[in-house]
Amino acid sequence: MTFLGMPARAPRGVGNLRGDESFPDAARTALADPQLRRNLRHATTTIRGKTDRVTAELPDWQELRAVGAALKAYTMAHLPELLERLEERVTAAGGTVHWAADANEANRIVTELVRATGQQRVIKVKSMATQEIGLNEALAAAGIQPVETDLAELIVQLGRDRPSHILVPAIHRNRAEIREIFLREMPGVDPALTDDPPALAAAARRYLRETFLSTPVAVSGANFAVAETGTLAVVESEGNGRMCLTLPETLITVMGIEKVVPRWRDLEVFLQLLPRASTGERMNPYTSMWTGVTAGDGPQAFHLVLLDNGRSAVLADPVGRSALHCIRCSACLNVCPVYERAGGHAYGSVYPGPIGAVLSPQLTGVEDNASLPYASSLCGACFDACPVKIDIPAILVHLRNTAPHPRSERAAMAAAAYTMDRPVLYAAAQRAARLARIVGRRGRGLPPPLSGWTASRDLPDPPSQTFRDWWAAR
Amino acid sequence: MNSRDLILGRIRAAIAGDAPLPTVPRDYRRGAEQPDLDLLVERLADYGVVVHRTNDVAAAIAAILGTGQVVVPPGLPPHWLPSGVRALVDDGLPTDRVAAADGVVTAVAVAVAETGTIVLDATPDQGRRLISLLPDLHVCVVHPEQVVSSVPRALDRLDPHRPLTWISGPSATSDIELDRVAGVHGPRTLHVILTEAPHDH
Repeated sequence: MTFLGMPARAPRGVGNLRGDESFPDAARTALADPQLRRNLRHATTTIRGKTDRVTAELPDWQELRAVGAALKAYTMAHLPELLERLEERVTAAGGTVHWAADANEANRIVTELVRATGQQRVIKVKSMATQEIGLNEALAAAGIQPVETDLAELIVQLGRDRPSHILVPAIHRNRAEIREIFLREMPGVDPALTDDPPALAAAARRYLRETFLSTPVAVSGANFAVAETGTLAVVESEGNGRMCLTLPETLITVMGIEKVVPRWRDLEVFLQLLPRASTGERMNPYTSMWTGVTAGDGPQAFHLVLLDNGRSAVLADPVGRSALHCIRCSACLNVCPVYERAGGHAYGSVYPGPIGAVLSPQLTGVEDNASLPYASSLCGACFDACPVKIDIPAILVHLRNTAPHPRSERAAMAAAAYTMDRPVLYAAAQRAARLARIVGRRGRGLPPPLSGWTASRDLPDPPSQTFRDWWAAR
Repeated sequence: MNSRDLILGRIRAAIAGDAPLPTVPRDYRRGAEQPDLDLLVERLADYGVVVHRTNDVAAAIAAILGTGQVVVPPGLPPHWLPSGVRALVDDGLPTDRVAAADGVVTAVAVAVAETGTIVLDATPDQGRRLISLLPDLHVCVVHPEQVVSSVPRALDRLDPHRPLTWISGPSATSDIELDRVAGVHGPRTLHVILTEAPHDH
């Protein structure tokens, strides 16, 4: 039994923080799918270009990043009093605050709140926290139907698929595949539907409109909660968030304890950082802010569920804790060479990419996600892209020191070390690589036993001359 | 021990003994005191907002709406509405009637030039949040004194205790191949009328 008051990890057997297989095994499946690799490359290239343009527009982008990082560190250092303050302000504004030590408790609280309304269906705004705890599964087990209203979540739900990106859960699908899913699974869809993105968006609009207007309970996450005022904020694009936050009679918001921000004015930093880093926009189409309940406007019952589920254990590690600074922008996914090739499913957890590789193992305990700290080349692109400057490579190295190194990699590294220690062998190995350039033309890959490497990778052309040969000849 | 005390106890144990942190710097721009109205117009247009600069608000609304039926908040200045438009004043209208209207006309609380954002705060000239959400066309009337240069200056002006809706362009999604396309659940057409005519209420 855990000693009461000691930080605890996210429990097993509930939620979506643990995959069924290790990262290398899961990545193999993804890497064998050339369509998936094309979709990911197209989408991440698009978003990188947009983000670069809108961050270059702000002369103080680096100052904003530094302030964002400092605000998050301040928040972690004052978390108990900030959460108490938030509870007090939300309660004073007519809301009710609940505390959930883990996923099981959060699921139980939300299920009971929905049951108390007598409703059997809830509308949902995309929320990482509720995916993390497996709320949809828990609601369904209790006979309550959760309807995801975000377009990408809808694509995932209709396609009986799993999300693969924090911001764009259906990033692994292209427009033609989305059209196929809609034609197959969306009741009442126009059979003449094209794969034009506005037409696909319009189909989702028609499909969900009646559900929005007739469902009196909504479940959301939160991007920010201001301790000083009790104000909650949800940042979105489509308007499904506004629907869920405005139309129902009851709103239940599930939020990780690390999402609190100290003061109202702190939003001026995060509202500049998040949209530019996330969707590459100066501002996302819609941001909703509410404080408790407002008579005559919006839900008249508001519940805020504050979730720990392993976060206090992350906080207990002085090196790893900055993973809790994450504002879920997903910029690190979009720049990661490993994510771009393996895709989000390979990470097992709902948190994919570089941030997932440091967050998931800490929430569950490293033993339950032991391969994730190795799912990175440590190139550092994620650190450069992070709007709150989380040093993800440093945390990865720190976690590797606590997790056993996978056996096959250990053998490969030992072989490399042996070769590099012996100059004659090393020179021969390099010339062999140059020979492979003649033998295996581009796209054909390496001969066995190295074909395993190139089966799922595009082999770069080795140079016509090795560095050592060039050096000797100059 | 209840979960509240349990969680707060875990957090206190996790951060016990940490060294104090340096003060949070605030060395980013607060933005110019005088907003650049041309920049606002450019940034609004960049996200597909139709912008009208005119001192005849009623004529601009007539040109946008023709003879359609619009929902209006209870405090909308009556002289903004042209005679041909059928106005449905929201005094707590049923949701389906709001959804069936051709459009909605509101004032705004603040507009942000740098990001092309308008913010509604549910005061009587803007109304309940749902009226600017359900109709497929939204017309906002903006006065120069409501425009600020930057996001920090917008937060200075806003009251966090009011329900706030920040709107930057029409409803959109980046969910298909990570490119922004207009038009999902919110209004698919957004007009902003920027007027220097007196704002009398």
